Amino acid sequence: MHATIHEMTPAPTSPDVALDVQRIRADFPILRQQVHGKPLAYLDNAATSQKPQPVLDALLRFYTEDCSNIHRGVHQLSERATAAYERSRGKVRRFLNAAEGREIIFVRGTTEGVNLVAYAFGRQRVTAGDEILITAMEHHSNIVPWQILCEEKGARLLVAPINDAGELRLEEFEKLLRPRVKLVSVTHVSNALGTVNPVEEIIRMSHARGIPVLLDGAQAAPHMKVDVRELDCDFYAFSGHKVFGPTGIGALYGKAALLDAMPPFQGGGDMIRSVTFEKTTYNSLPYKFEGGTPHIAGAIGLGAAIDYVMGIGMDRIAAYERSLLEYGTQALENISGVRLIGTAKEKAGVLSFVLEGVHPHDVGTVLDQEGIAVRTGHHCAQPVMERFGIPATTRASLAFYNTHEEVDTLAAGIQKVKELFG
Amino acid sequence: MADLRDLYQEVVIDHSKRPHNFHKLEDANRSAQGYNPLCGDKVTVYVKLENGRLRDVSFEGSGCAISTASASIMTEAVKGKTAEEARNLFESFHDLVTRGNAPDDRATPLGKLAVFSNVSEYPVRVKCATLAWHTLRSALESSESVVSTE
Repeated sequence: MHATIHEMTPAPTSPDVALDVQRIRADFPILRQQVHGKPLAYLDNAATSQKPQPVLDALLRFYTEDCSNIHRGVHQLSERATAAYERSRGKVRRFLNAAEGREIIFVRGTTEGVNLVAYAFGRQRVTAGDEILITAMEHHSNIVPWQILCEEKGARLLVAPINDAGELRLEEFEKLLRPRVKLVSVTHVSNALGTVNPVEEIIRMSHARGIPVLLDGAQAAPHMKVDVRELDCDFYAFSGHKVFGPTGIGALYGKAALLDAMPPFQGGGDMIRSVTFEKTTYNSLPYKFEGGTPHIAGAIGLGAAIDYVMGIGMDRIAAYERSLLEYGTQALENISGVRLIGTAKEKAGVLSFVLEGVHPHDVGTVLDQEGIAVRTGHHCAQPVMERFGIPATTRASLAFYNTHEEVDTLAAGIQKVKELFG
Repeated sequence: MADLRDLYQEVVIDHSKRPHNFHKLEDANRSAQGYNPLCGDKVTVYVKLENGRLRDVSFEGSGCAISTASASIMTEAVKGKTAEEARNLFESFHDLVTRGNAPDDRATPLGKLAVFSNVSEYPVRVKCATLAWHTLRSALESSESVVSTE
């Protein structure tokens, strides 16, 4: 079975595409381990990705050499920590190609980024009878903040439908861009299906009606070049831990004019210019949105992760992963009883599937015994599961350190599941 | 695969594919729904309780092999028992799947339920094995009027 697949889809050899995967893997100490006596095949990257040595080093260096609070101290350590933290903001700016560093707000992750926009932008702009437009493939974190906002304001949440392949029905989406829609919030890449949304079209259609657009970039940022100026999106949120950085850190990009006009999100230290009991003046961007001591080490680790992936090149990563995804798609389609959930023409990173007669939870347990880490369940996208009439899927999700051999291991693991439950 | 065969014994696989008492109980006077948000497993347990005894028990729902087989074997194990005996059996079963206690150590003999002894080695699967039991306990604690015919 393995050999056949290899012959059908050889690994890429073109020099501008080829990554030295073994060399890359050597940078990720966690990948060297065995699980249940088998080499770990980590295929749960959409949940969180692993961290290369430079990220681990950056965290250790901060805590062993530079640890102190930022923006306030006059001492040497605080100066170094502040400089490193702000350098990371510059790295995030370059990663997204934002125009200015002040358009980058450090947050805990994508979820907090979406909530920040729902709270600060939404509460200011949305009134009773207004509408927010999302899609049927959103993660719960791009549904629930809007439900909370709509409930509070008496507004309505509109949901653009998807087709059986898991693609947005763009003509239906456009029909929902009604006069009362105050914000469009869509995922760039679906976490449960892998669908890459036509975000350029979405933004063009929305802007033609004067509606701003937030992109949930949690599943896109690890896999492709993101250029917020070329996209012309108004907000873009992503999580550090999915781009090979630490957990608990992420970034929200917002156009300066929009962020400037928004009220603060959380009150606290660092987000103010002056405080008296009579009147408080808020700090300028981006600090207005960074109340309290931030995750300084996390931001610095995220900067190191961005250096690492940009060092490889997002285009090379995307090209390699595309070949791996095609290979995996073919491998799974060759197994009778496997049905892929999410067969969009444009996909990134995700192989979500159901196996006839076997619940995903049992698939996951058997694969785990083979050293294969996958996610099983509804992937925080219950409406997507309902759309496809299934309770859950098994999801293998890829990163650039995954190999064609690991995909073979997955395919062999699924065969074992079939034997056991056959 | 040897280890997995301990978890997925033939009996477990058989019950998961052809669960027993897998239907709605029309004359039930107790019922409850159970849900495991982790994996999306859903189960409804129906009980016909008469003079403190479980005259009939059934279930409906969808779930993984462990949760379906556990529900199926549970309905057989508790049928005819008193509510208190059923609760005691759950306690023994809970010990079994969390600590892997040998069934013959228990005051309440586990019988066929012993096929789940290896669940204790798969901590994330304990909830699968106990979902139906928790739901049964809720059903027994529910008031008589709870059963809806919707």
